Amino acid sequence: MAYTAYNPVPIPTAEELKARIPGWGADLNPLDRPSVPKLQFDPERTGAHWDFPDRQEETYPRERSIEHKMLTPVFGTAVPLKGVSGAMRRLAYKRYSEARAAHWLILLAADRVDAFGAHVTSLATVRPDNPVTETGVLSEFRVGGLSSRARSRRADVNHQWIDPILVGAPWILAGGAVFAGVRALVRRRR
Amino acid sequence: MEAMVYRGPYKVRVEEKEMPRLEHPNDAIIRVTLAAICGSDLHLYHGLMPDTRVGTTFGHEFIGVVEEVGPSVQNLKPGDRVMVPANIYCGSCWFCVRGLYSNCHNVNPNATAVGALYGYSHTTGGYDGGQAEYVRVPFADVGPSLIPDWMAEEDALMCTDALATGYFGAQLGDIKERDTVVVFGAGPVGLYAAKSAWLMGAGRVLVIDHLDYRLEKARDFAHAETYNFTEYDDIVVQMKKDTGYLGADVAIDAVGAEADGNFLQHVTGTKLKLQGGSAVALNWAIDSVRKGGTVSVMGAYGPIFNAVKFGDALNKGLTLNMNQCPMKRQWPRLFEHIRNGYLTPSDIITHRIPLEHIAEGYHIFSSKLDNCIKPVIVPSAS
Repeated sequence: MAYTAYNPVPIPTAEELKARIPGWGADLNPLDRPSVPKLQFDPERTGAHWDFPDRQEETYPRERSIEHKMLTPVFGTAVPLKGVSGAMRRLAYKRYSEARAAHWLILLAADRVDAFGAHVTSLATVRPDNPVTETGVLSEFRVGGLSSRARSRRADVNHQWIDPILVGAPWILAGGAVFAGVRALVRRRR
Repeated sequence: MEAMVYRGPYKVRVEEKEMPRLEHPNDAIIRVTLAAICGSDLHLYHGLMPDTRVGTTFGHEFIGVVEEVGPSVQNLKPGDRVMVPANIYCGSCWFCVRGLYSNCHNVNPNATAVGALYGYSHTTGGYDGGQAEYVRVPFADVGPSLIPDWMAEEDALMCTDALATGYFGAQLGDIKERDTVVVFGAGPVGLYAAKSAWLMGAGRVLVIDHLDYRLEKARDFAHAETYNFTEYDDIVVQMKKDTGYLGADVAIDAVGAEADGNFLQHVTGTKLKLQGGSAVALNWAIDSVRKGGTVSVMGAYGPIFNAVKFGDALNKGLTLNMNQCPMKRQWPRLFEHIRNGYLTPSDIITHRIPLEHIAEGYHIFSSKLDNCIKPVIVPSAS
């Protein structure tokens, strides 16, 4: 097969494709597609009846990217900052722009601190975290986890064994810390 | 109200949460009748997206009934059946008036590098999502639309993200008549992208995945030629062989940040978080497309750096088109295609799960058990 100016693999004709595929070519004209061109100036289209939206009330100091000039007029209030993870997140937003790896890595580290803290504090509540029900792992038995994986070659089987370790690690670390603490106390008393 | 709540990587549960309240004059409160788990929710579930806080409710794909509206809302009233696009957007900023709803500047204080989404971490604005009985919907006059009477609810649900994103991904490919299009990923978005590629005149559509049951769906639903990459020593070489060593005209990455196919990339990216996920599919797309071709990216990636083969993209003279989909911009055309029978969105739904069993839903979807392609969540209040 020589490299020539022509497509080396035969492609079906438009007529053949139309006959085989329902709707083939309905959007054939590249200029008649909803997101073409990318920028289409049309302020009437969105339904907005304001030049700038009313401002949502800021009921607590809301963190924001330093790449924004101001707090956006509308924002989410799902989980306000709190505790150690909150302090880390506040630092990431206040000190580093989105262009800096430190911004994202501190946020990611804060997520781990947040999750670990939530597990530990849940132990002092009437509804402690339950790794069995919260991971949904019992569905493995209900829907045939083994057969789902064994039915064909799957590329994800070679790393799924890591997941229980990732889930269990905070519990193992917390258990280890409690054990070490208790042992230190006992030894000191002796 | 009952809502799904994130408890840390790989852990979610249903909790009793406070009812959402109107926080802005153009807010609405929606009673959710159907929600879905999106493949990109799995990035949150796996702890990959920075600033995903314990206590957040996920879910950016949902439909419902208007329960309450703020004083400035003109287009909706209580009792209306609505579909809500995954993007939250103001409709009036520089980006929105030009159609870039997914890049709105007025709704996400946490980042300028991404717009806002429901239930998708504080990096996208800190809004709770729709995997709950009720949800706060900002800019009710801009985002939600009435569900057409003729449209099935599950079809409307698929329009809120997955279908619109797949269709948008095909557009990003700049597909010309009789182009060869290779789609990486046979999940919901990949299936819709493959199906949409035909609407735009593709001559061949090739779909690549590692799950046979999804590839079977790609053949039945999207009329595609399929490849299980685990059966080939090197899927890029196979793509070259099957395109006469030219490469595909268009490659679409419909996988995003948790691609399989390279153990080292996957483990360093998604398990150890040493990079912003695993960009295997994107690298395969770059290497599979022909020189001067187009790579479309709408598989989700986070803000952290990825090991992407940018030099290959440069040296091959590729056009890289990408964005989060502006959902509502696609809807009028999608409605036409659904009505004409060209698109049948709900065909890919495999699981319908009560909200109280959502932890199992996440595990089944995440671990690809029980031939799961698209799980739908049914809140008890619906």
